[in-house]
Amino acid sequence: MSEKVNIICRCEEIQIEEIRHWINKGYTNLEELKRILRITMGPCQGRGCRDIILREISMATGKPISELNTGVIRPPVKPIKFSLLAEDN
Amino acid sequence: MRKTLETELLVIGGGAAGLCAAAEAAGAGVKTTVIESDLHPGGQLVKQTHKFFGSKDEYAGTRGYKISDILLDEIKGLGDKVEIKTNTTVTAYYPEEGIYTAMKGEDEYYRIKAKKTIVATGAQERLIPFPNNDLPGVYGAGAVQTLMNVYGVVPGKKVVMVGAGNIGLIVSYQLTQAGVEVAAVVEAMPRVGGYWVHAAKIRRLGIPILLQHTITEALGDQTITGAVIQPLNDKFERVGEPQKIDCDVICMAVGLTPTTELFWQAGCKMLFVPQLCGHVPFRDNTMRTSNPDIWVAGDASGIEEASAAMVEGRIAGFSAAKALGKNMEQTKFDEYWKRLEHLRAGEVGEKIRGGICQVLSAGWEA
Repeated sequence: MSEKVNIICRCEEIQIEEIRHWINKGYTNLEELKRILRITMGPCQGRGCRDIILREISMATGKPISELNTGVIRPPVKPIKFSLLAEDN
Repeated sequence: MRKTLETELLVIGGGAAGLCAAAEAAGAGVKTTVIESDLHPGGQLVKQTHKFFGSKDEYAGTRGYKISDILLDEIKGLGDKVEIKTNTTVTAYYPEEGIYTAMKGEDEYYRIKAKKTIVATGAQERLIPFPNNDLPGVYGAGAVQTLMNVYGVVPGKKVVMVGAGNIGLIVSYQLTQAGVEVAAVVEAMPRVGGYWVHAAKIRRLGIPILLQHTITEALGDQTITGAVIQPLNDKFERVGEPQKIDCDVICMAVGLTPTTELFWQAGCKMLFVPQLCGHVPFRDNTMRTSNPDIWVAGDASGIEEASAAMVEGRIAGFSAAKALGKNMEQTKFDEYWKRLEHLRAGEVGEKIRGGICQVLSAGWEA
């Protein structure tokens, strides 16, 4: 049997242990975790993982999710080929 | 210069809420463009093979996919007032210029300029973490519904369903209709979250509903061969003996969360509301957000039933048409609100009412 993994960010293959490790080191802001781990920066742009990670931060810090930084949600919402962006203009 | 599509009203999302919004606004004479990311309009309605509850005005007793046909017929009857663009995703909103960008498939990219917009982007499925959750065979319940009810493909032979809300219960029933065995429905809460009739239906088929249980692990090497479940106490701590269940599919029906990227990009005032299952935009009773050009309808405003999404779509469509200078009959608006209140009445609507009152604005400053 292969090693069991508990993947939270499927785009960047980040496991929950890794997220908890950095939260315990004091990285309790989604933007900080994003810069270290690239979470929410893959093709899904955080649709899959943002909720779970905010919940983890909330549990570790005792702060409700409503008080946490959700990170800046920038365009685009899904990947666009560079060739498409480059044409015409 | 890149192509720019101009329209009076842009409706983002061609599901239950978006189609109703488009029908309402176009019915009042507004030139409307609906953008739908899927290959066909209808959203979640097209996957719903069961008869709806709720109220007669919102097609109670009619099967979901037929409701979608009814709405599309209504839109067809409005001629060229509505254009539906499928296989197209609105990829961004740039508030400085008031421009949206859209992508058709992966090979056409253009701008959209609209006087007003209704965002009806619906919801996305939640997942919960457990070891081996990346094995093929872990599905969201919505994905299972799409596979079976839209494309006629069964996901596997034997399923462990996680979640006894309406979606978990309905999909369990539909799986058995398709000849797939459902080994068990596992629910962390001490009670069934969905309607009693849906639960009774699958209990009559002999499917166990294991309350206060959670999935702790998926088993398998290349694909899923089983699931490990474990009893929980009132504090959701794992307490009892873990139990192994043979299966080749683990279906997650643990809830939805509103799809809200475009509201964030538009600078709409947002709040995390647990009862509405995520961050949602503030809105007034016309479904207008804090951005005066943007309305919200359906699950994007908070997770609720399709019936409520359809009425919200009507309200948003009505209000956007009014803002565009169309002469609207106020009694119709009041009637829609009466319907919404009816759908949200009583004990069943308590949670949703508690959520909405946190984000309902008395009105926006002009």
